[in-house]
Amino acid sequence: MFNNMESVRTYFRLFIDEAISIGVGSIIIVAIVSTFIGAVTAVQTAYNIVSPLIEDYIIGNIVRDMTILELAPTITAIVFAGKVGSNIAGQLGTMRITDQIDALEVMGINSVSYLVFPKILASMIMYPMLVILAAFLSLYGGFLAATLSGLSTAQDYIYGIRFGFNEFTITFMLVKSVVFAFLVSSISSYKGYYTQGGALEVGESSTKAVTTSCIAILVADYLLAEIMLN
Amino acid sequence: MIEFKNIKKAFGDKEVLKGVSGSFKPGKTNLIIGASGTGKSVLLKILVGLVEPDEGEVIYDERNFTKGDKDLRTAVRQDIGMLFQAGALFDSKTVEQNVMFPLDMLKGKAYAEKLDRVNWCLQRVGLEGQNKKMPSELSGGMRKRVALARAIVGDIKYLFVDEPNSGLDPQTSIVVDDLIAEITQELGITTVIVTHDMNSVMGIGDHIIFLFKGHKLWEGNKDQILSTDVPELNDFVFANKLAKSFKKNEDEAA
Ligand SMILES: Nc1ncnc2c1ncn2[C@@H]1O[C@H](COP(=O)(O)OP(=O)(O)OP(=O)(O)O)[C@@H](O)[C@H]1O
Ligand SMILES: [Mg+2]
Repeated sequence: MFNNMESVRTYFRLFIDEAISIGVGSIIIVAIVSTFIGAVTAVQTAYNIVSPLIEDYIIGNIVRDMTILELAPTITAIVFAGKVGSNIAGQLGTMRITDQIDALEVMGINSVSYLVFPKILASMIMYPMLVILAAFLSLYGGFLAATLSGLSTAQDYIYGIRFGFNEFTITFMLVKSVVFAFLVSSISSYKGYYTQGGALEVGESSTKAVTTSCIAILVADYLLAEIMLN
Repeated sequence: MIEFKNIKKAFGDKEVLKGVSGSFKPGKTNLIIGASGTGKSVLLKILVGLVEPDEGEVIYDERNFTKGDKDLRTAVRQDIGMLFQAGALFDSKTVEQNVMFPLDMLKGKAYAEKLDRVNWCLQRVGLEGQNKKMPSELSGGMRKRVALARAIVGDIKYLFVDEPNSGLDPQTSIVVDDLIAEITQELGITTVIVTHDMNSVMGIGDHIIFLFKGHKLWEGNKDQILSTDVPELNDFVFANKLAKSFKKNEDEAA
């Protein structure tokens, strides 16, 4: 991958640039989405609990399991596909149709290692961090919703979060994150890199990158649950 | 000198090049001309290695580019500059970063040294002081000139140009054509230009190859092209009404 012209330093810089644009660029949208998802989960869980026999701490407990196991890694992945996936496909597609990729190749630069690998690597490292953030904010969103509307006390909610906590769920969440990030970034890179035609086709590549990524995420989600939870 | 021998290329069952040979000499502007869809761009891409031929080989000064190993190809590539149809400037980089890019990929040059070279190239294409502009802020003609500066910034021996005039007005076209021709002579490089613009042909056609339906039908220079008896070439050369009327008058006078 590294030939005599392309130094490791160049690649490190490319990786850092991508990590910043992919990771930092997604923080706000991920924060908004995950906070609301936590809040909604808390409210709906409370709504579903009608029996007085069920303790209030169950709300925090269910929000925890729902978000860590499923909502934080998976819903965030869909958001990630919509934002980062479409961006990768659009950028590579534009570079393809305007001959920028050919220009790199003529200069003797391997365009895949120059353009694609840093994006995939940066996604696989930054996305799990976004998911960790999403998990925390979902719990916090649930906390706000539950306490502000009086569905649960702060103590009950926090007790619920701690109650019967299984560390493996975190491992599962992180494994899912890495797999989803790989799927989104590689599918989107593929769709963008092999764009043919003009501006219209770049738009199509972007759309296909997002739809294909979403399906891949859901299929992988199911398979990982089968493999790791059974 | 660039030689290419018996180049064949098909896409699916569509044969685009059916065995084309020829050679290009240094210090000359070599033109590949022909109607749209005859495979000019495909031939150019085969010459620079962006497309692999089905058959045939390309040889750069005794170096067999088609059959050579990775090191040989890398070495040849470092001698190649290419100017793409729409410039192919990297949108996210400034003019200076674009032109410096090929130098950045080679290790062991100090920034000041690279900047000197970049400034020389920018000055050579008439764009001194535009270093910090973004490609989106430039006109089509300026983008072409930046792309030309980027193509010649390395110590190149061969320059390839696809449609230097597409999207440019006739006057700007001549400026770009002349610039390419001057640089070719100055640097003593081998320049290969794909075009279907008769103004370029008559202006800078030191050596011309005419492609027709995947074959080389004619070869010569700009002084010979008006008096050929290849009918397909005459149709191409005298395609527009103005040229046709001149031709008719001449034929009648003769
Ligand atoms: N990657 C490809 N896959 C399939 N067909 C291709 C490919 N590249 C070129 N072709 C076909 O090869 C033929 C020649 O194309 P080429 O671009 O070389 O024409 P051209 O002579 O440069 O025309 P123009 O003057 O319009 O640029 C066309 O019919 C084109 O459809
Ligand atoms: Mg062409």
